Amino acid sequence: MNEPDTLGAGLAHSGVSRRSFLKFCTVMASLMALPPGAAQAMAAALSQAKRQSVIWLSFQECTGCVESLTRSFDPTLEQMIFEMISLDYQETLQAAAGEAAESARDEAMKSSYGKYLLIVDGSIPTKDGGVYSTVAGVSNHDRLIDAARGAAAIVAVGTCSSYGGIPHANPNPTGAVSVSDIIKDKPIMNVPGCPPIPSVIAGTLAYFVTYGKLPELDHIGRPKVFYADTIHDRCYRRPFYDQGKFAKTFDDEGARNGWCLYELGCKGPTTYNACATIKWNGGVSYPIESGHGCLGCSEPNFWDKGSFYRPLSTPLADNAHIIAAGTLGGIAAGAVAAGLSRKHQTHIGEEK
Amino acid sequence: MNAPTTNRVIVDPITRIEGHLRIEAETDANGMITRASSAGTMVRGIELILRGRDPRDAWAFTQRICGVCTLVHGIASVRAVEDALKYDIPANAQLIRNLMIGAQFVHDHVMHFYHLHALDWVDVVSALKADPKATSALAQSISGYAKSSPGYFSDVQKKLKGFVEGGQLGIFANGYWGNPGYKLPPEANLMAVAHYFDALTWQRNVAQLHAIFGGKNPHPNFLVGGVPCAISIHPEGQGASSGTTSLNVEGLQKVQDIIHQMRDFVDQVYVPDTLAIASFYKDWFKLGEGTGNFMTYGDFPEKGMSDPSSFLIPSGVILNRDLSVIHPVDLNAEDQIQEYVAHSWYDYSVGKNKGLHPYVGETNLDYTGPKPPYAQLDVDQSYSWIKSPRWKGHAVEVGPLARVLMLYAKGHAQTKELVGMTLKKLDLPVTALYSTLGRTAARTLESKIIADSMQGWYDNLIANIKSGDVRTFNEKLWEPSSWPSTAKGVGYTEAPRGALAHWIIIKDGKIDNYQAVVPSTWNAGPRDAQGQEGPYEAALKGTQLHDPKQPLEILRTIHSFDPCIACAVHVTDPEGEELIKVKIR
Repeated sequence: MNEPDTLGAGLAHSGVSRRSFLKFCTVMASLMALPPGAAQAMAAALSQAKRQSVIWLSFQECTGCVESLTRSFDPTLEQMIFEMISLDYQETLQAAAGEAAESARDEAMKSSYGKYLLIVDGSIPTKDGGVYSTVAGVSNHDRLIDAARGAAAIVAVGTCSSYGGIPHANPNPTGAVSVSDIIKDKPIMNVPGCPPIPSVIAGTLAYFVTYGKLPELDHIGRPKVFYADTIHDRCYRRPFYDQGKFAKTFDDEGARNGWCLYELGCKGPTTYNACATIKWNGGVSYPIESGHGCLGCSEPNFWDKGSFYRPLSTPLADNAHIIAAGTLGGIAAGAVAAGLSRKHQTHIGEEK
Repeated sequence: MNAPTTNRVIVDPITRIEGHLRIEAETDANGMITRASSAGTMVRGIELILRGRDPRDAWAFTQRICGVCTLVHGIASVRAVEDALKYDIPANAQLIRNLMIGAQFVHDHVMHFYHLHALDWVDVVSALKADPKATSALAQSISGYAKSSPGYFSDVQKKLKGFVEGGQLGIFANGYWGNPGYKLPPEANLMAVAHYFDALTWQRNVAQLHAIFGGKNPHPNFLVGGVPCAISIHPEGQGASSGTTSLNVEGLQKVQDIIHQMRDFVDQVYVPDTLAIASFYKDWFKLGEGTGNFMTYGDFPEKGMSDPSSFLIPSGVILNRDLSVIHPVDLNAEDQIQEYVAHSWYDYSVGKNKGLHPYVGETNLDYTGPKPPYAQLDVDQSYSWIKSPRWKGHAVEVGPLARVLMLYAKGHAQTKELVGMTLKKLDLPVTALYSTLGRTAARTLESKIIADSMQGWYDNLIANIKSGDVRTFNEKLWEPSSWPSTAKGVGYTEAPRGALAHWIIIKDGKIDNYQAVVPSTWNAGPRDAQGQEGPYEAALKGTQLHDPKQPLEILRTIHSFDPCIACAVHVTDPEGEELIKVKIR
């Protein structure tokens, strides 16, 4: 690779290992199936003198999404906040508190107006004037509106900010909604998961920093590159499904031999996410590999789809995903659904 | 809104914690805190959401109470269901749970110290003035940790310099750098900054233990009746042509490696750093005590939850610092644990000033605070989404200090040795434990006790597997059809932040009522009907603020409790009447 001198100089100046930096760019480019030359483009973009300003707002959340990001291996959180972005407001990590933190945020919103990336974790309670969650005395709703105004784009990290998540689960006591339920005039990307896979959060950030726009999204706002396949499609236990070999309890021979968890309620066939390919925590495992069925935690309303241990039944007609996945899984479905399913699959096939 | 009669310092958001916490501190003319009020400002209603659901699913919902102490609510939940159903779990499942809880403690405590608490004591900007050679000498004088060369510290400093000179300070912007409250010499600051980064790398690696057993971290998976991950090791050699789970020979070896990494980091970095930093802040061993009352539920069973005498951490209550009397705790006794709402945004059918045990507890959201946006809360009325739990009417502190005091009072040999070593090195009396830094030091010491214990649990697990016992799940009561029509139980654990319990009532296979009383509720709750302060509030009283615009002193004491505010706020309504009243003032 032939990088401009400025990049090398920039890296040397900030004490960053050139090799680790380029490795990160290469990993990201390949993870996101970007065209040839993307790694260099990413490296060049990421080494610009001014790092992309990012403002992160936390609403009705559990901090699991932020924690997930700290577990990212490629890139690491340190690489992200020192080399890729300028994390100008993030309550869990921010050194300053109260007024000093708020003024840092205001300053960043002013100086990068129209350019900063807004990240949101947590849902937004709308009932009763938003009294169910405030920060600095301001309702989450008003804080979101205020910060969205100057944002170039918004990334909803986690199922709560993407689709409402657990606060939105029946009976939704606080009237919790997603970011896209409130903000209608900005590009919004949903990165669902409870929490999302850290490389997916990091990869989408790197894409924005490189290309100045969000990657291609699917019909519910997710980056296609990470959410095009079901867990079931890419599961290492899939051959057992095809052979009809199922674990019947969590501790039988089938369970010990890594057979399919379909009969124990696995939601892999109806869940679009990259857990089976990227895996978790540096690739050591993912839920199914560790013996528990997929909860479907990146799907809208997954909390309200019945017990996690009830096997998936005949697909419901009101959800194209379930129809498509049911077809792939060999469950009952018609020719139309099969067509849908193949269409859904094409671009993954091309990548290979 | 009434005009303030004293100076009021408001810190909102309290950063470097989990969740949304607001502190309003009233000070006298000299900046000394005369009254502090702790307010949780977010509520989701997860327990309302649980009603009518499958009790076997509850762990997944309650786990989402918090993504920091990410497994504790999962553990408390499966234990609550198991207690209600009298459901035994296999020995291996018990050991795996111990390993997972232990890993959570060590991971969480190290991250708290370096990534949430450290910046209260460490001046990042001062580290730029450090001499890397002298830093290396300092590091090598306190620890045998390998990363301690002048070149290593010089690289860290260079990276930091590039960052600061770039002018985009990000999460370090507007920090209280240069505040006279920072006492560390530049070399100690540089060493701590280097370990801030090392701890980030370390935590990423050791979190893999949860991924092996639970599939991912944050939010690993649990299972009523055992643990979900079957062991893919076949003592008799069958199953050769089949697949595997993550818990195979390789996975178990990885767990062993992680236990080594945990113990090494605690011994070589966390313990020596705590002692070194504390030695510059000895006046903080006299401040920030709290209530002087402490409570533990106990955890880490060697022989199952039914035999508390086998727990590593014993249960009990200590009142008024009196370590000679340990009062027993009964989580089922209706006159022991009660929650009050006198200053919380809830109402009770029996009147706002009565306390209720979790089994008969009720929660009706009743917001009476100011309409947002607001500048100030009326702290003479209700001011928090957190309730005020009390043990026999006493406000008690839970968490690392409570556990270390309990172990110390019960004569636990390793605890006595570690506490003795710490006090001797810092030349402090045992009463120094009742303080902001006493709490912080207790967190460090218990990390060592637990990390060391993990090796024993791992060895026992391996011994079981070698002897042919690979059971991880008890199928007997899995099907709800095998359950009685009604059952109730309580599941408890020691979470990193303190004693945690979930109470469940099961009716016809569904959740009829669910209630969690969590560590940060005990610690962060507002005043009760008698006007007794919660531990945060009591600990802040009497603190002298150097500069109200830079409330470093408030952050030090609040962070010493390691707040987890999403946990602290919860909602139940066992009567099935969902009353949500809102009176905007």
